Amino acid sequence: MLKINNLHASVDGKEILKGINLEIKAGEVHAIMGPNGSGKSTLASVIAGKEEFEVTEGEVILEGENLEDSAPEERAHKGVFLSFQYPVEIPGVSVTNFMKTAINESRKARGLEDMKANEMLKLIREKAEMLEIDRKFLSRSLNEGFSGGEKKRNEIFQMAMLEPKLAILDETDSGLDIDALRIVANGVNKLKSKDNAVLLITHYQRLLDYIVPDFVHVLHNGRIVKSGGKELALELEEKGYDWLKNEVTV
Amino acid sequence: MAYTEEELKKELETKEYEYGFYTDIESETFPIGLNEEIVIAISKKKEEPEWMTLWRLESFKIWKEMTEPEWANVHYTKPDFQAISYYSAPKKADPNKTLDDVDPQLLEMYKKLGISVDEQKKLQNVAVDIVMDSVSVATTFKKTLSEKGIIFCSISEAIKEHPELVKKYIGSVVPQKDNYYAALNSAVFSDGSFCYIPKGVRCPMELSTYFRINQAGTGQFERTLLIADEGSYVSYLEGCTAPSRDENQLHAAVVELIALDDAEIKYSTVQNWFPGGKDGKGGVYNFVTKRGICEKNAKISWTQVETGSAVTWKYPSCILKGDNSIGEFYSIAVTNNYQQADTGTKMIHLGKNTRSTIISKGISAGKSQNSYRGLVQIASRADNARNFSQCDSLLMGNECGAHTFPYIEVKNKSAQIEHEATTSKIGEDQLFYCNQRGIPTEKAIALIVNGFSKEVLNKLPMEFAVEAQKLLEISLEGSVG
Ligand SMILES: Nc1ncnc2c1ncn2[C@@H]1O[C@H](COP(=O)(O)OP(=O)(O)OP(=O)(O)O)[C@@H](O)[C@H]1O
Ligand SMILES: [Mg+2]
Repeated sequence: MLKINNLHASVDGKEILKGINLEIKAGEVHAIMGPNGSGKSTLASVIAGKEEFEVTEGEVILEGENLEDSAPEERAHKGVFLSFQYPVEIPGVSVTNFMKTAINESRKARGLEDMKANEMLKLIREKAEMLEIDRKFLSRSLNEGFSGGEKKRNEIFQMAMLEPKLAILDETDSGLDIDALRIVANGVNKLKSKDNAVLLITHYQRLLDYIVPDFVHVLHNGRIVKSGGKELALELEEKGYDWLKNEVTV
Repeated sequence: MAYTEEELKKELETKEYEYGFYTDIESETFPIGLNEEIVIAISKKKEEPEWMTLWRLESFKIWKEMTEPEWANVHYTKPDFQAISYYSAPKKADPNKTLDDVDPQLLEMYKKLGISVDEQKKLQNVAVDIVMDSVSVATTFKKTLSEKGIIFCSISEAIKEHPELVKKYIGSVVPQKDNYYAALNSAVFSDGSFCYIPKGVRCPMELSTYFRINQAGTGQFERTLLIADEGSYVSYLEGCTAPSRDENQLHAAVVELIALDDAEIKYSTVQNWFPGGKDGKGGVYNFVTKRGICEKNAKISWTQVETGSAVTWKYPSCILKGDNSIGEFYSIAVTNNYQQADTGTKMIHLGKNTRSTIISKGISAGKSQNSYRGLVQIASRADNARNFSQCDSLLMGNECGAHTFPYIEVKNKSAQIEHEATTSKIGEDQLFYCNQRGIPTEKAIALIVNGFSKEVLNKLPMEFAVEAQKLLEISLEGSVG
């Protein structure tokens, strides 16, 4: 599904990703962990095509296609979804209206007509129910005045609406209370299938208790310094990152 | 007796004038320049009574003594008032012209706005097909209106048919000497609309909805007079979302609203005159004076969406004369490329317990300049007056400007005045967030701008709001590269 080869990326001439290699197959869940500032969000942004970051070397390949020349919206149309670590506020635009626009733009890109209003309504109702989102919430301005946890749950609601192929969840668990974490994780699990893939960025094991990863990678200073199975996360929880920092200074 | 197609067409064309709202004046244009003879000639041409001719002459005398104002935050080459022709008959359809002769760019824009082919033809002065829905529509509505005693006609017709009303109210809210452009308009106004709603009558439809397109060619010196008698209600729509590429560079309209005791007037405008090219050349100068007066418990609400014109100078105002009267101003002003807008409102509180609300949304892109200028005045006997003002500016890019000039004059200690102002920029992060959800940048801008303008868009009548949204989108196309 996703293949990243020797990816280097910098911002303002400062290199942040220093040669990332990663392969994610359909049906898999990968987790990326790593200390603050190691480049996790940057990797997510680069996959999503944020122009602020310059790819100086390497490539990102989605289903055999090099994404080099694809604009962020085109990547979205191809099925890339990013649940933001810090979701952005758009005053005056309701969640519903935003979703309607997003869905219809994706359909337009695929040569389809706008989704019928009653169909849209049904979809919204279904997904809101799944994530236990009060419908009053959907008429509010996008992320404006939302609590931290509400913002995160709203990101997953959007993911559920858009049904992406590759979902990157950047610290979606932080800010969620215990119940919300369970609801959101259940939602993600329901959306998981053998045809899509999930990349989880997190600092905590508790999310991985719910969404069990097939692989765990540790990102440090712009490089993946260790990969392993789900046990690696437990080991990290116990030992922290220091042993890895010392271990790998290639 | 069977008609030939040609005869039928002719018949329908003349019917259009019969039921329409224009006086049928033979096609003719006056020599350029302005003097007393020209003023008299205009009046004569329109077969006006003597009092009207004298009123025009008086206005002309006042205008001659005045100088063009310079306080607004706009820069332009002053028009040469002696180089303009002050009278030209409304253009008639050119039978040889077809839509193929029209600038394809303009047609593209019409399509985006969802303007029907018939309407496009009217706008472009192309002879319209034989089936003229608007004729029958106009007739039906005119009948509905007259059953309620509502008068809705051209101001020229009103001067002849209802002189007592016109004489009483014209210039009562915007006096001839009010300002330079108002004085000029009073001397040479070409035509415009007149409306009278009798006591206690609620006008059953949005006035001018069905005639909006027809009004596109009303001319450069439009005059509107709207009187809502005691306890009546009317919602009036002015303007047209279709881009009007008028050859007249200078537009100086005057609108006067009179809301008598307990009456309510809602006046909505969409202005989309030619803004000039991307290089800043050409474009319409729009210098408008709009003012309403509220008697006891009356309410006037101005809502405007301004996207056009190279230079806009416009301050729809309310004089809150009667106790408990209410004035409202909701405005969206968009400037792009080299456009300049200096708009705002004046709320003059004279009566007790008067209230006013001002919501102004300015959106600037390109190299444009967008200024809000507002005056809130509380007179000494206006006990317990209240005003709330909110001026928000949205900037796109680094080369445009937004300016806010709020003036507040309070002569009564019991007044409560609140003023809020914000300036924001469309952020890269907002755009990336939208892009990531599959929304391309142009669409994302439209979405953000619509969200920003929502409080004002919500005040527009339904169908107008939909068009206004599309218009905002089109006006800002290409504003972020
Ligand atoms: N636009 C930018 N300009 C300058 N530096 C940047 C920019 N974006 C990211 N960085 C830097 O790149 C490094 C990696 O940042 P990134 O946000 O990817 O870290 P992270 O691993 O997601 O951290 P956290 O766990 O705190 O979310 C940091 O040192 C950060 O300061
Ligand atoms: Mg991060």
